[in-house]
Amino acid sequence: MTDSIRPLLLRSVSYLGLALTVVPSLFVFAGQLSLATYKLLMFIGFLCWITTAPWWINEEQG
Amino acid sequence: MEPAAAPTTTTSLSQQLSEINEYEREPVPPGKVKGFKSFVGLVAGEHIAGTEFVIGPLFVLHGAGAADVMWGLLFGNILATLSWVLVCAPTAVRTRLTIFYQLEKISGITLVTIYNLVNAVLFCVTAAAMIGVSASAVGLLLDIEGPGIGDLYPTSLLWVAVIFLIGGVIAVVSTFGFDRVSRFANVFAPWMPLVFLASGIAVLPSLGVTSIGDFWEAAETRIWTGVPVPGQTKYGFWHILIFAWLCNSSMHLGLSDMTIYRYARRSSYGLASAFGMFIGHGMAWIASGILCAVALEAGNGNPSPGQIAFMGAGLAGAICVVVAGWTTANPTLYRSGLAVQGVFPRSKRWKVTLAVGTLATILACSPAIVSKLDQFLGLYALLATPVGALVIVDVFLFPRLGLTPNLAYHEGLRLNWSVLACWVVTVAICYGLYVYLEADFYFFMAVPGFLFGGLTYLLFAFVQQRWLHTSTTV
Repeated sequence: MTDSIRPLLLRSVSYLGLALTVVPSLFVFAGQLSLATYKLLMFIGFLCWITTAPWWINEEQG
Repeated sequence: MEPAAAPTTTTSLSQQLSEINEYEREPVPPGKVKGFKSFVGLVAGEHIAGTEFVIGPLFVLHGAGAADVMWGLLFGNILATLSWVLVCAPTAVRTRLTIFYQLEKISGITLVTIYNLVNAVLFCVTAAAMIGVSASAVGLLLDIEGPGIGDLYPTSLLWVAVIFLIGGVIAVVSTFGFDRVSRFANVFAPWMPLVFLASGIAVLPSLGVTSIGDFWEAAETRIWTGVPVPGQTKYGFWHILIFAWLCNSSMHLGLSDMTIYRYARRSSYGLASAFGMFIGHGMAWIASGILCAVALEAGNGNPSPGQIAFMGAGLAGAICVVVAGWTTANPTLYRSGLAVQGVFPRSKRWKVTLAVGTLATILACSPAIVSKLDQFLGLYALLATPVGALVIVDVFLFPRLGLTPNLAYHEGLRLNWSVLACWVVTVAICYGLYVYLEADFYFFMAVPGFLFGGLTYLLFAFVQQRWLHTSTTV
């Protein structure tokens, strides 16, 4: 994998993780998703975030 | 097997740790200051703790009204942020020293030793409480029953193993210094608040809220009803405001966060604390209050942080409680290590931090000690805010008034009596006020402590330095 694609991929998965953490709750609020599915998606979101964010997030600190 | 390899690795690690310079007794050099984002991650992580799952419900249980909570949190968090921006960060950036070494230069080694020990004990108990909160969530996940809040000893070996595993991670991260603590917090800082936010939103339908327009009515009638549960006192606007402003008064008005903000490029970086306040002490308190209301309606009259988080976000919620405990305990142990290192300046900071981390882990095994955390925090606020005030007066006012700052350093005093007199008189006055006003918490006296501390130190130091000048001239 090239040096330019890898960071992009890592960040994309991280942001997907954050999205999976918060967006499903809006569907629960709207009555379109069950609590059990929402909790499962949140956990998948956590896995996406924790396996990718440590590889890039501290590179941005000044 | 290579017998020589182990000592080499150990020496290498020891050397690496020894080479981490945290500038305990010198100003942070210009090349080592950090950017704004470092502070955002650190304070956002630190102020989104497992205890947010306790404080948010506290307002519900004590019958605060919905408007009282919203306005109290808004103004309280603004005042807390301003306290960091206008008081703590400017002092830290001016001196670039830890509060411990700055105080030593003002008060002499005797007083600062007492101050450092009080700090070390408090931070150690705080870190132990965070380890305990994290362990409660792990116990919930692994079905390991923990001890009750009044138990003095742990109830099972498995529980002790969980405590030592969590405490070990925290101690090791803190041992590696500010940089590693900050990096660890940065990883989790964006994720944790979203867990709180999502949990609060997802449980709203169970309170009858199915559109944004329904929220305020449910907030007033089913969440913050204005009616305390039986046996609890009533909280109003001022309780919420003072809670939000002063629950961390030892950090901002008491200047203990000089330890962190001495690394700030500019004093305006104190604004980073707003992320901790409005996310951790705003949104997270509101979200955990909503979760508490749901738990109350479900018949759970005293839900634990782990139960609340698990109910609102499942496995991710329980992990959030564990991580929230970590990210609060890491900087706390780091500060505790610096405090003890101030008492034993010749010892290595990393060894001291590791020892303090071990002590905090052992303390975490005893919930009866940890349950006294609120009393420790209140007492510490009472002791710390006069110290913050006298340091500010010494650093900023003394040069303008022609008085000598850092008197103990210049005169070689082991004990500066004007500091001792200021401290004793102020704490006595504030304790008297606390009893007279029947205040709910010691930290409600933080503002009088700050004002009396500054005034009495100015008065005593003026008398002392005139007397010193006269005796020197004679």
